[in-house]
Amino acid sequence: MRQINYSKAITEALREEMRRDEKMIIMGEDMGVMGSVFGLTVGFMKEFGENRVIDTPISENGFTSVAIGAAMRGLRPVVEIMYVDFAMAGYDAIANQAAKVSYMSGGTLSVPMVIRTPAGAGRRSAGQHSQSLEAIFTHIPGLKVVAPATPYDVKGLLKSAIRDNDPVVFIEHKSLYFYDAKCDVPEEEYLIELGKADIKRAGNDVTIIAWSQEVIHALDAAAQLAEEGISAEVVDIRSLVPLDFDTIRNSIIKTRRAVIVHEAVKRGGYGGEIAAQISDELFDYLDAPVKRVAGSNVVIPFSPALEDKIIPQTGNIVATVRELLHGGKNAVFTNAV
Amino acid sequence: MVIRKYDRETLIKFYREMKRVREFEEKACELFAQGMIEYNIHTCIGQEATAVGGCQALEKSDLIICTHRGHGQCLAKGGDPGIMMAELFGRETGYCRGRGGSMHIASIDVGILGANGIVGAGIPIAVGSALATNILKTTEITLAFFGDGASNTGEFHEALNMASAWNLPVVFFCENNKYAVSVDIERVIKVKDIAERAKAYGIPGVVVDGCDVLAVYETTKKAVERAREGQGPTLIEAKTYRYHGHFEGEPQVYRTEEEMSEWKKRDAIKRLYKEIIEAGFASAEDLADIDREVKEEMEEAALFAKNSPWPTENEALMYVYSNDNERSVAR
Repeated sequence: MRQINYSKAITEALREEMRRDEKMIIMGEDMGVMGSVFGLTVGFMKEFGENRVIDTPISENGFTSVAIGAAMRGLRPVVEIMYVDFAMAGYDAIANQAAKVSYMSGGTLSVPMVIRTPAGAGRRSAGQHSQSLEAIFTHIPGLKVVAPATPYDVKGLLKSAIRDNDPVVFIEHKSLYFYDAKCDVPEEEYLIELGKADIKRAGNDVTIIAWSQEVIHALDAAAQLAEEGISAEVVDIRSLVPLDFDTIRNSIIKTRRAVIVHEAVKRGGYGGEIAAQISDELFDYLDAPVKRVAGSNVVIPFSPALEDKIIPQTGNIVATVRELLHGGKNAVFTNAV
Repeated sequence: MVIRKYDRETLIKFYREMKRVREFEEKACELFAQGMIEYNIHTCIGQEATAVGGCQALEKSDLIICTHRGHGQCLAKGGDPGIMMAELFGRETGYCRGRGGSMHIASIDVGILGANGIVGAGIPIAVGSALATNILKTTEITLAFFGDGASNTGEFHEALNMASAWNLPVVFFCENNKYAVSVDIERVIKVKDIAERAKAYGIPGVVVDGCDVLAVYETTKKAVERAREGQGPTLIEAKTYRYHGHFEGEPQVYRTEEEMSEWKKRDAIKRLYKEIIEAGFASAEDLADIDREVKEEMEEAALFAKNSPWPTENEALMYVYSNDNERSVAR
C-alpha cells in the first residue's frame, strides 16, 4: 500500500474535504499565501480561492469568533491556531462561545467547526510554543477533542471532524510533522469515527494508554519490554472526547494493570481523569495501582539539555512498566517524570 | 420638521414598537420582583429608540447579535414576547428551551444569532456572519449591538479590523448608555466619542442621538444600505441612557438624581408621542389605544410564560452536542 507521513495525511484530508464540500473554508494565520507555517496548505489558495482560504490577522480570539459566526450561518470553517499555546489568546471564543452555542440555544443552533492546532514539545521552542493543553479543552462540555498519532489516523479522523456538527479541537503533535516514519494510508477515501480507540499493539501483561506522540513512545517501549518477556498492550485512545472507555475496560480486564502516558504536565492532565474512571469502574480487576507517566509540572525549557528530561520518553515508560510488574502492589515507585 | 417625511403608519409602528419594549421590560421587572424570574435581569428601559430604530432599518432576513441588555433588541427584531418571557422564566417553551435565559436569547428564524453574556464577544461573531453572507453570495446584513463597555474589549478592535480589511456587510451599533456597570465611560476612554475609533479602521463612524428614534433609524438605514451595496462596515454610536440599574436593585451610587432626571426629559417615547400629536398624525386617544393593546400583549406574554412547562430533569444533558451527544457527555 502507498505510504505517506503525518503532515501529508493532514494536507490530503483538508484538500479532499475542500473539494467535497464548498461550504468548507480554511482560516488562520499564514494559511493562504504561505500555505501555513508548517506548509500544510501550500497551493490551497490557488486551488480554492481567497474566499475559502483566508489569511487572518493575528487575532486568535477574533478570527475564531468569526469562524463561529460563519459556522452558525451554515459554513464549515476549519480554523488553524498556529500553536496550541496561542489558543489561550482565543480561549473565550473556544470555551465560552463555540462550546456553548448548541446548549445555550436549546439545540437550535450549532457550530460545525474544527480548530486544528499543533501542540507538543521536542522542537526547542520553549515555554510558549511547546505545551500540550488538551486537558484544558476536555474540561469544557460542548467541545470534542481529538489527538491522533499516526498518518492513517490523522487523515481519517480529520475528515470525520470536519464533517462533525460540533466544534472539534483537533490536536496535532508538531514533532510528528517532521517524523520520518511513514505508514500505510489508502488512496481511496476512508473515515475514522470520533470516539473509537485503537489497539496499536496487543498484549497480556499491562495496558499502556496513550495518545498523540506518546503512542509512538509507548510502541517503542512495548517492543523493548517484549525483549524482557513483558507483553504490553498499547491502547491509542485517539479521541479524548468522546472517550472509548469500552476498549480501555476490555484491555484492563485482560491485563489487570494500566499505565497512562501523556506529554502534558501530570497535574490536572487528562491521565488523571482516565485513572479515576479506571479506579471507579475496574478497581476489582486491578493487580496494581494505575500509574501515570507524564510531563513534569514545569514550564517547557528551551535548553536541549533540559527539554527531553521533562517530557516522557520511551525509557520512562519502560521503567514504569518494569516497576509495576516486578515491584508488585507494595513497590515504591519513583517519581521520575 | 423631520417627522413630515414619514407616513402615519410608519410613525405609529415606531411608537408601538418602543412601547412594546418598555412594557415588556416593566412587566419583566414586576415578575422579577415577584420572584417569578429567578435570575436577575438587565433591562433597557430608556434605550427603546436604539433597539427599535436600529432594527426597523433591517429587513426580516437580516441578522442581529444582541447584548446582555438585549430584550429590546430581540423584541424589535421580531421576537415573540411570550416565547421570550418563557425563556426569562427558564421554561421549555422559551426560545432556547430555558437553557439560555435572559442574556442568551437566540432564534435563527427571527434573525437573532444570539446574545452574549461575555461583553464584546458577540461583535466578531457578527463579523463571521457577514463573512458567510459574502462567501455564500447572499444579501443579509448583520448588525452587532454592543455597549460602550464592549468598545474597550479586544474583540471590538479585532472585529472592526477584520470587517474593514475584508469590507464585510456588517453594521457595528454601539449603544453608549454612559456606564459600563458602574464606571462612567468618560473615566476609561480618552476620545470624546466612541465613533472616533472608526477612524483607526478606515470606516465611517457616526454619532447619533439615541433618544431620537427617527435619527437612529435614518443613521442605521444609511449604514445598512452602504453595507448592502458592498461598501463595508459602519460604526454607529447612539448616545442613550438606561433608567434602571445595571441589574435590578443595583444601588446606582455612581450617578445622581439630577443626571437621571435630565436624561428622562429626553425620553424617546415621550418625544415621539409629542411629535406625532403635534404633527396631527394621531390623537392622544389613538395612542392610548396602542398603549392599552401593548399592555394586554405583555400580560398575555407573562401568562404564557407562567403557564408553560419546565424542562424535565431527564433532558438536562441534551443539546450539549449536536451529534453523538449521549456518549460525549457520558465521560
